[in-house]
Amino acid sequence: MKSHVWRPLYVVVALVILILAVRMFYVPKDFGIWERGYMYGFHRKGSENDWKAFKVKYKFDNEDCKDCHSDKYESIIKTPHAIIKCENCHGPELDHPNDPPKLTVDKRRELCLRCHYQLPYPTSGRANIMGIDPEKHNPGVECVMCHNPHNPTLEGLK
Amino acid sequence: MITRRQFLANTAKGLAGLALPAAAFEIIDPKKLFADKGGKPGLRWAFLVDTYKCVGCGLCVKACKIENEVPYDAKVSRTWVERYVITKDGKLHADSPMAARDGFTTSKIDLGDRGFEDIKAEDITKAFFVPKLCNQCEKPPCAQVCPVGATYQTEDGVVLVDRTWCIGCGYCIMACPYGVRFFHPVYHVAEKCTFCYHRIKKGLKTACVGACPFGARMIGNIKDPDDPVTKIIRTQRVGVLKSEYGTEPQVYYIGLDEEVR
Ligand code: HEC
Ligand code: HEC
Ligand code: HEC
Ligand code: HEC
Repeated sequence: MKSHVWRPLYVVVALVILILAVRMFYVPKDFGIWERGYMYGFHRKGSENDWKAFKVKYKFDNEDCKDCHSDKYESIIKTPHAIIKCENCHGPELDHPNDPPKLTVDKRRELCLRCHYQLPYPTSGRANIMGIDPEKHNPGVECVMCHNPHNPTLEGLK
Repeated sequence: MITRRQFLANTAKGLAGLALPAAAFEIIDPKKLFADKGGKPGLRWAFLVDTYKCVGCGLCVKACKIENEVPYDAKVSRTWVERYVITKDGKLHADSPMAARDGFTTSKIDLGDRGFEDIKAEDITKAFFVPKLCNQCEKPPCAQVCPVGATYQTEDGVVLVDRTWCIGCGYCIMACPYGVRFFHPVYHVAEKCTFCYHRIKKGLKTACVGACPFGARMIGNIKDPDDPVTKIIRTQRVGVLKSEYGTEPQVYYIGLDEEVR
């Protein structure tokens, strides 16, 4: 049957089939509705494994440093700085000492001021940390010129 | 001709017929039954923040940015720390310079384009720090609005973004009432806190929890009654942010103030 209605319809049907075919190859096999249902769980399952495979950088375990930097480890553990992880000041361990062979040593005053800039905030833990005003407390000199970060007690002053 | 009686009877039958399939579906959906009965040993991650303990050092933000490869000098961050200072005249002063990546190393409040505002110690009535991160909502509006299924919730309650599938439309960024989402400056797709999915799945703590020297951040399994985090959430006074949105956020706070939004 020849009709001006049928011909465009063929084109539309062909297009729909084409899109469905492309979709079949383009959309991954594991794409679908997973545990959290259509509203929240519509995704490619493999994406979860992509995220699980992301590289871990921080270990946050001071024991890891014990064998090679025993002086620092033994020193800090007896002081109020024992609560700070080595990696917080020296950066992520990764596969140190293989890669990177050295971790960073940050001697800037700003490192210490994160906690020691005096902020007398009554309802926050900050008020309990001994604070200084960097404009008055030996300005222009690195804190570690005088203080030992691994033994900050005043007996440990250099 | 249809009588009034027939019409009413047919309408009733029709309605009953319409209602039945929906109701039947509701009852026999096996996935739902399984979930409700807790067929598996439950795992649902939840976060707890103690604002009394936070000193605003920002080591959590630093660790998060490095661990998750969020460009260090970009202003965006998956987690950040806000400072709230309330003065005697009842005014609220709040800031979070560079997401507090370098902590708060001045008493001056950062007003952005309007410069800095110094506040005298004697004018302060209340002042504290509030760490923020993705609330990993039980009903995440961001996942609901995604038109392509690129952002989704895992079985254990974490909302993730599929970077290979995201088209960068930004709907999720607009949908999040907490403003935790942003465009990744390198990948140009939606980016958000993953509760360090790669770490918690290996039995490690998230980077921010591991970095905090003061124990202000904790993560745990809210379905395990013996988990220390769950015990605190169940037995102490905790709050969540913007509960009025009905998103059921799973980041709980100790010491929230009404000024915190
Ligand atoms: C297997 C031994 C080993 C372990 C474990 C180890 N290191 Fe090292 N570390 C080294 C060596 C070797 C160097 C290079 C020393 C040099 O060249 O002066 C080094 C260098 C460093 C430096 C730079 C010192 C400088 O003078 O520039 C820092 C900081 C450091 N390590 C911190 C750490 C921390 C923190 C840990 C634990 C997370 C750790 N290391 C674990 C062996 C180790
Ligand atoms: C509060 C921050 C802080 C913490 C925590 C910290 N360090 Fe350090 N570390 C420093 C600073 C600052 C220097 C530079 C000191 C200097 O030059 O006098 C340094 C220097 C070092 C050095 C090399 C330079 C030297 O003087 O020999 C090593 C190795 C090191 N630290 C290891 C560690 C280890 C291991 C730990 C954990 C047990 C640790 N640090 C914890 C801040 C810190
Ligand atoms: C993460 C926060 C933090 C950082 C960063 C930090 N400290 Fe401390 N520091 C503390 C805490 C907590 C104490 C113990 C509370 C107190 O006595 O103030 C302390 C104590 C001290 C004390 C007093 C110790 C005493 O017992 O008299 C000195 C001095 C000190 N730190 C110096 C430094 C220096 C120098 C740096 C930089 C290398 C530094 N701190 C970095 C948290 C920090
Ligand atoms: C020139 C040496 C020197 C430098 C540099 C220095 N300090 Fe001190 N600091 C001292 C001495 C000495 C004391 C103990 C006497 C005092 O309280 O002034 C002290 C005390 C402190 C205390 C304890 C304050 C208290 O109330 O007892 C802290 C905290 C502190 N310093 C932090 C820092 C920080 C952070 C820096 C870097 C921004 C720094 N210091 C730089 C010499 C120094």
